[in-house]
Amino acid sequence: MSTPFELVCPAGGLPALKAAVDHGADCVYTGFRDATNARNFTGLNFDDKSLKEGIAYAHARGVKVFVALNTYPQTDNWPGWTAAVDKAAAFGVDAIILADPGLMDYAHRTHPQLRLHLSVQGSATNYEAINFYHERFGIQRAVLPRVLSLAQVEHVVKNTPVEIEVFGFGGLCVMVEGRCALSAYATGTSPNCQGACSPGKAVRYEETPDGMETRLNGVLIDRFAPGERAGYPTLCKGRFEVDDETYYAIEEPTSLNTLELLPELMRMGIRAIKIEGRQRSPAYVKQVTQVWRQAIDACRRDREHFAPTAAWMAELNKVSEGLTATLGAYNRPWK
Amino acid sequence: MKLALGPLLYYWPRQRVMDFYAEMIEAPVDVVYLGEAVCSRRHEMRLDDYLEAATMLADAGKEVALSTLPLIESESDLKAVRRLMDAAKDDPRLTVEANEMGAVRQLAQRGQRFVAGPTLNVFNGHTLKILVDCGATRWVMPPEVGRSALTGMAKAMPAGIETEVFAHGRLPLAYSARCFTARRYRLQKDCCEFRCIQFPDGLPVKTREGEPFLTLNGIQTQSAKLYHLERELPELAALGVDLIRLSPQSEGMAELIRAYRALLDGLPAAMPGGDYCNGFWYDRPGLDWVSGTTP
Repeated sequence: MSTPFELVCPAGGLPALKAAVDHGADCVYTGFRDATNARNFTGLNFDDKSLKEGIAYAHARGVKVFVALNTYPQTDNWPGWTAAVDKAAAFGVDAIILADPGLMDYAHRTHPQLRLHLSVQGSATNYEAINFYHERFGIQRAVLPRVLSLAQVEHVVKNTPVEIEVFGFGGLCVMVEGRCALSAYATGTSPNCQGACSPGKAVRYEETPDGMETRLNGVLIDRFAPGERAGYPTLCKGRFEVDDETYYAIEEPTSLNTLELLPELMRMGIRAIKIEGRQRSPAYVKQVTQVWRQAIDACRRDREHFAPTAAWMAELNKVSEGLTATLGAYNRPWK
Repeated sequence: MKLALGPLLYYWPRQRVMDFYAEMIEAPVDVVYLGEAVCSRRHEMRLDDYLEAATMLADAGKEVALSTLPLIESESDLKAVRRLMDAAKDDPRLTVEANEMGAVRQLAQRGQRFVAGPTLNVFNGHTLKILVDCGATRWVMPPEVGRSALTGMAKAMPAGIETEVFAHGRLPLAYSARCFTARRYRLQKDCCEFRCIQFPDGLPVKTREGEPFLTLNGIQTQSAKLYHLERELPELAALGVDLIRLSPQSEGMAELIRAYRALLDGLPAAMPGGDYCNGFWYDRPGLDWVSGTTP
């Protein structure tokens, strides 16, 4: 099999980048330490010095580095985003990952040699949308939102010249990325504009007679019984009351794990698989990268007989949210 | 400023929808958006029904736009959008509201003028300019955009483009592949039994303290509170906003439209009470209510 099938791993900082590079990533994706990327959390991301060092480290080992500039600039802060594009180009990154058409246009005109990827934040769920970005701005890869079934993913692949990257593992965003203002509604901070969902500064944990309560800007997201593990109050994974029933009205805390779909994804011509988790530790990145490297190599050797090993699944479940995993939208019944 | 009635976001029985638009013929609204703008499984209204309502409204002098789906997952979704574009092309009184980029690509290829809908994520003048080059004659601000971003945009507005702002109704906040109404009844989306038809204003979500928080509307999640920019209308006008959008609700829409019409005409109006929010306009959490003149 000659078509490349890249493993794209998260790097929230230099130690995570090195962990990914050392343990089998084909590419790592990074971001600057500001609102230009959709993982703008305290203590994460790269300054100029660490990104240059990271690029040198990765390139010396044959690994590509992408920079995500996947939030939506506004007219007044526009220069900050174009400066980030220029900097990424000057540093010699292998691709930038963008969501905003205006910024894509800028990057395409200013740095015609620079490879552009359409971010999942661009909310392109069909080939017409992807081909729009390809024709106008020359994007070479698109990351699909986690909303399509496998058959729908294949239909996209067949109808676009653009390489398709899909999410393989990690936190599961239930909403179409780039189309979710829930965090903005509750906290005033949005993934689209400030690059953060359910930000730490809005989070409160409070021990009460009713149990541990987690709040986001005062809104009760969940309440945990004694002995129950209190999770982070991500807005869409809270327990709410609908029609007198209290349950996870939107989604349980769970992770996406598509390891068992690898042969299908390869067969249909997917070019890259993305691991979510720039906000996770270098240890997580190492663990997940190792498993996926082994799995991809095994699948490339013998797609017909590929099956995830119990050891791989156990390893991945250890780092899954809520210690459970789902096939998400790839599996129609999930919808 | 012109008054626009946004697309009906809920699933109502066909006759109720037809009656609603018949009522709108008399309502002092300038622009009406029609069409399924949430879920491709909803079939009470067929394209022909929407065209019948559209013709009726256009005959009454309303400007009419056919709204496309915001989430297009399959070839059949794409076909539905193409049929809608064909219909709009056949009647010069109709335009299309494009709610995702696949529709924009096709409209540009066909040379059809269109409205850039609120889910296209226009946050800056550069992106808006690209859409104008594609044929957009109006854009609808994403709901999370407020005064400061619009002020910035206003300085860089391409010529000949109208600006529309969502000014009243439950805020459309998120879209998913998953149907949360079906989930409430432990049904899969593919066999959802069209449960959302039971909730003409969506299904309320409260926190465990009983605080109204969100509204489930199939694959869409909305605010529980009503966004309400009554007091901000002079400011919107000063910023060059051309239209304000009122989002259909099951009760009292004609009265609400008349109240907004009166306000726009500088007349006194009795605005119905409600659990209101306006935080997005002030770059605050959307659920906030900022009262007084300056926050």
